[in-house]
Order: sequence, then C-alpha cells, then structure tokens
Amino acid sequence: MSVVEIVRFAVRGLVANRLRSLLTMLGIIIGIAAVILLTALGNGASQYIQGQIAGLGANSITILPRQPPESAGTSGRPLTTGDVRALADPQGAPDVASVSPVAQLSASVDAGRSRTDATVVGSTPTYFPGANVQIGTGRAYTDADVEAGRKVILLGRTVADDLFGVGSDPVGRDVLVRGVPFDVIGTLAPAGQGQGLSNPDENVLAPITAVQGSLTGFGDLSQIVVQARSTEAQAAAESEINSILDRRHGIEEPDNRDYQVLSARQLADVLDDTLGAFTLLLAAIAAISLVVGGIGITNIMLVSVTERTREIGIRKALGAPPSAILGQFLVESIILSVVGGMLGVAVGYAGTLVPLGDFRPVVLPSAVVAAVAVSAAIGIFFGAYPARRAARLRPIEALRRE
Amino acid sequence: MTGRDAERSGAGPINGVEHVLDVRKLSKVYGAGETAVHALRDVDLTVRRGEYVAVIGQSGSGKSTLLNMLGCLDAPTSGRYLLEGLDVAYLDERQQAVLRNRQIGFVFQAFNLIPRTTALANVELPLVYAGVGRRVRRDRAMAALALVGLQGREDHRPNQLSGGQQQRVAVARALVTGPALLLADEPTGNLDSRSTADALALFDRLHASGRTIVLITHDDEVAARAERVVVVSDGRLSETARR
Ligand SMILES: Nc1ncnc2c1ncn2[C@@H]1O[C@H](COP(=O)(O)OP(=O)(O)OP(=O)(O)O)[C@@H](O)[C@H]1O
Ligand SMILES: [Mg+2]
Repeated sequence: MSVVEIVRFAVRGLVANRLRSLLTMLGIIIGIAAVILLTALGNGASQYIQGQIAGLGANSITILPRQPPESAGTSGRPLTTGDVRALADPQGAPDVASVSPVAQLSASVDAGRSRTDATVVGSTPTYFPGANVQIGTGRAYTDADVEAGRKVILLGRTVADDLFGVGSDPVGRDVLVRGVPFDVIGTLAPAGQGQGLSNPDENVLAPITAVQGSLTGFGDLSQIVVQARSTEAQAAAESEINSILDRRHGIEEPDNRDYQVLSARQLADVLDDTLGAFTLLLAAIAAISLVVGGIGITNIMLVSVTERTREIGIRKALGAPPSAILGQFLVESIILSVVGGMLGVAVGYAGTLVPLGDFRPVVLPSAVVAAVAVSAAIGIFFGAYPARRAARLRPIEALRRE
Repeated sequence: MTGRDAERSGAGPINGVEHVLDVRKLSKVYGAGETAVHALRDVDLTVRRGEYVAVIGQSGSGKSTLLNMLGCLDAPTSGRYLLEGLDVAYLDERQQAVLRNRQIGFVFQAFNLIPRTTALANVELPLVYAGVGRRVRRDRAMAALALVGLQGREDHRPNQLSGGQQQRVAVARALVTGPALLLADEPTGNLDSRSTADALALFDRLHASGRTIVLITHDDEVAARAERVVVVSDGRLSETARR
C-alpha cells in the first residue's frame, strides 16, 4: 500500500463525491475570502484616512476667536494684530515658523457675465504655506502687494470654474468683490473635498490690507493661521500659543479661553483613536467569519466522514490497515483545505481589486497567512479526527452505521 | 491470468495445522441487560482444510453473526477462535487487517460494494491493500469478473448493476486475492437458477482446487452440494449427517 495509492484513493473519493467536495471547498473559500477582504478594507480605509490627514498640512495651526462660557464673567477679547506680533516673536514662540493674520468675509464675486458667492480670505503671503494652499496658475500675492494694499486676488478652483468656465485660466481678468474691482493674478490648485476647516476651492485669496481697506475695515481679525517649524514641533508650538494668548487676554482658566486652537494634529489624534477602534472592529468581524467558516468546515467534514463510515467498514473488511484509512481521509482533507485555501485567497484578492469610492482595499499578508493556516488546520483536524475514530471501529460496527 | 489460475493459487496447508477453523465455546451477546440478544451460545465448530461446509438455519438464528466472527470482522463476547491455529484475539488491528486481506475472502449478505465506484475498482480493492502493482491488479480483477460472468461490466457502478450482478461483483472481490478460506453469506440469495448453477459450479471448482469454503444458504440445493451441513438454531449449532 503505497502513498501513491492512498493519494489516488483520496482523489477518487473527492471526485466521486463532487458536490460535497465543492460545498466543503466553498465553505473554506468564503471563510478565507471574507477574512482577506475585510482586513484589506480596514487597512485600505486606514491608509486612505492617514493620507487625507497628511494632506491637511500637518504643521498648520488655526486660532479662532471664541465666546467664553458665562462663568468667565467676560465677553472676551478679539484676536488682533497685537496678538499676531506677539506670536511672531521668536523669543516667546521659538517653535512657530510663521504667523498669518486673516480677515475673512463672505461676499458675492462678480465677473460681469456671471457671479457666485465665495469666502474672501485676506492674509499675508505666509498664509499659503501656513494653510497648505497650493497655487494652480498665475502667482501668489507678495509682501509688496500687502504693503501697497493692491487689489489683487487668487480664485479657488470652484470659484474660477463658476465665473469663467470649467478649467479656464482667468489670470489678467477683473472681478468685482462686493462691487470693488480686483485684478485676478492666479488660481489655487484644486484641493478636493475635506481639506482643512473650509474648502479652499470655494475661497478667494487677497492681501489682508486690500480686504480690510475696501471690505471689512481695519478691525479685529477673523482668525490667525500659524505654521509650526515642523510636524514634531507642533505640540510645542501649540503650548507656546496658549501661554502667549492666555497672558495677553488675561486668562487664568483654560476653560475660560476666548480663543480656540485647532490643528491637523488634534484631528489626527482623534482620527487615530477612531481608526484604532475601526481596525479592531474589522479584526473582530474577520475573526468571527473565520470562526463561522471554521464551524462550516468542521460540520461538513464530520458529515462527510460519518456518511462514509460504511465505506470505511468495507475497506477494513477487505484488509485495509487503519493507517491506510486514516491516510486516505487525511489526504482528502489536505487537498480540500489547500485547494479551497488557494481559491479563497484568489477570490479575496480579486475582491480587493474592486475600487470602493476613493479608497482601495490593501491586502494584509498576515491576514492571508492566518486565514489559510486556520482553515487548513480546522479542515485537516476535523477531516482526520472522525476518520481516525472510524478507522478504529471493528469492521462490522463500521458497516452497521448508517 | 485466467480463472483457472485464480482457483489454483493460494491452496495447500500454510503452517501444517489440520483445522483451518477451530471455534471453541464461542458466544456472542448483543446489547446488555433486559434487551440483550444471545445470538450465539457456546458454539463449537472445527473445519478441516479444504472442507466445504454449508450453514443453514432459520432467519435470525445467528448464521451471519457466526460468519462475521469467522471472518475476523467482529469479536466474540466469550470463547476462543483459532484461525490456522492462531488465536485471533491476540492479533492487533494491523495483523487482523493483513489476515483478512491475505487469508479470507468474504461475501456479504448485503454485497457491501463501495458506492460511486466501478465494479473493476471494487474488485481491485483487496489487491491494492495487498500491495499488488497496477497492471497485475487490473488483470487479476478482470479475470475475477470474467469468472463470475461479468466481462464487459467492469466500468459499471453498483447503482448501474442488478442485485444479482452486484452479488457476483462481491463474489469476484472475495475471490480475487485467491484466499485459502472463502466465507460467503448467502452468495446465491439474489441469483436466478442459472446464475446459481454457475456460482455453485464455481464453488465446486474452488473446492476441488483445495480451498476451504463456508457458506450460508437457505437453499437446500446449495446445501446439498456441500460436504457437510451444520444447522444453527437459536444460537446453537448442530451437525447433520456427514456425507
Ligand atoms: N448489531 C446487533 N445488535 C443487536 N442484535 C443483533 C445485531 N445483529 C444481529 N442481532 C440479532 O442477533 C440474532 C442473529 O442475527 P443474525 O444476523 O446472525 O441472523 P441470521 O441467522 O444471519 O439471519 P438471516 O438468515 O435473516 O440473515 C438476531 O436475533 C438479530 O436480531
Ligand atoms: Mg444473515
């Protein structure tokens, strides 16, 4: 009785029971494919969100005025150019790279034929790197433009599309912002959705002096955009901002602050926690599908061997030693598990090629290995265990089982 | 290999023991307590080498139980069973498997062919476990099928064969290893008179070539061909007159 004969019996057994073999394999395929797909989804989502956070400009910090709580007993102080100067002092805030005052308003923008509503952001040239805004066409405004209070303007992509047509380059044209003429000197690169606190595609950018001089007046600031020296320096920069503004605004309790510091880092922290929970959830679902798949495999293997107890009895009666019977069923289980496992990996991988919205699932090799190993182990154990029991029966007992 | 060769090989004393089968005070009880069935009670039986024995008795008297024990398919509740002078109770699983494979050809009352497997593969099965090579195996299985008149049916599966044909496949499978001892549980039970006559002629030839045959039958005509008839009634054995 050679190994070749045992393998031949196993293959013949699988072919003779085609439907059952296929069903068993289907259980393994689904189990493995589900695990691979689910973990790939989680992994892909997590990579996608991390990419989005990186796009926010990891060094960017935004300071907004805030209504302090009633208990503070004051209505708070606004953000001023004095605050900007204090924050720009390299002694008090060594981790701050640049500080950009922002005067902002919503206004209608008119190009003669068409008009649209936009957020007008007046600031200084440091705003571009500070808020991670890229130039699409034309140029950014300069310090000279700011000093001279020149009425030059850059249009966000959506605004440019609305006013001058999709994909147009309006550099050199004129627009009226609330009736005040501005020269278009550039457009912003399309940012896509979800970048930062507002959508830069719907903004128009002009020197702060021009915006204050002709639109808002030289009053309080809408916000201050701060750029930290590096991503690592961001936390330090935030605490420097807090201590400078707390001192200037006379704040003793952090809860009573009349301003608010927002950063991509804070967002990233929150998202990291959320992603951690999300990944854990997916891992749990994958584990459950593995268990369910495993129970399916167990079930069908038990049924398959039990159904063939009679056949085992016949083989024993004809002189099959226990080792030959065990070998046959073991090889059958191994073939089912291995073939099913490979098909499961293929199906799971094929599933990950389907793009879902903006992100693509990314297959985790460790999940592949774990899924294949677990289902193969389950398949082999529950194929071999009942066969071993049946191989030990007296032939006549095995023959009497129905 | 022809049918005649199959009949010739494997005969003759193996280790000089006179009694191929030697059964002493053999009992078999199925179940326990209230529902216990005493299928065999203190049965004594010896069969000499080359003897042709028919076992008769009413349905449920214990004939199949006895034959299963003789074929090492079941273990007795008490008593001793020596096969070729060897106490079977002392053999382990593997040794019993080898014994069943090499020494005994067993024809079941219920045929017990492996489903979804061709007649040829069914007949080849004992040879596979005996370690016979593929080509030889095939030739011998074909010869055995020819012997029972089933040439041309080797690729049929059990569900494509009539009851009588299945029984003949079972007989071919029992003969294919050329066993010294042939145990058959109503081998002609599903055969018409012609096939019965063929099967009996085959048994006569096997007997003539020196094989030991023990067969169960309900048919007086079949019993009449044997040298010796034992009667089982309610688990006890009695001998009818020897011829
Ligand atoms: N596995 C079993 N469990 C319990 N009782 C059994 C079992 N097998 C057989 N019996 C009982 O043992 C007795 C003998 O059965 P056996 O099969 O040996 O009869 P038999 O002489 O071969 O009958 P038949 O001519 O109908 O085949 C019967 O009463 C039967 O009911
Ligand atoms: Mg019977």
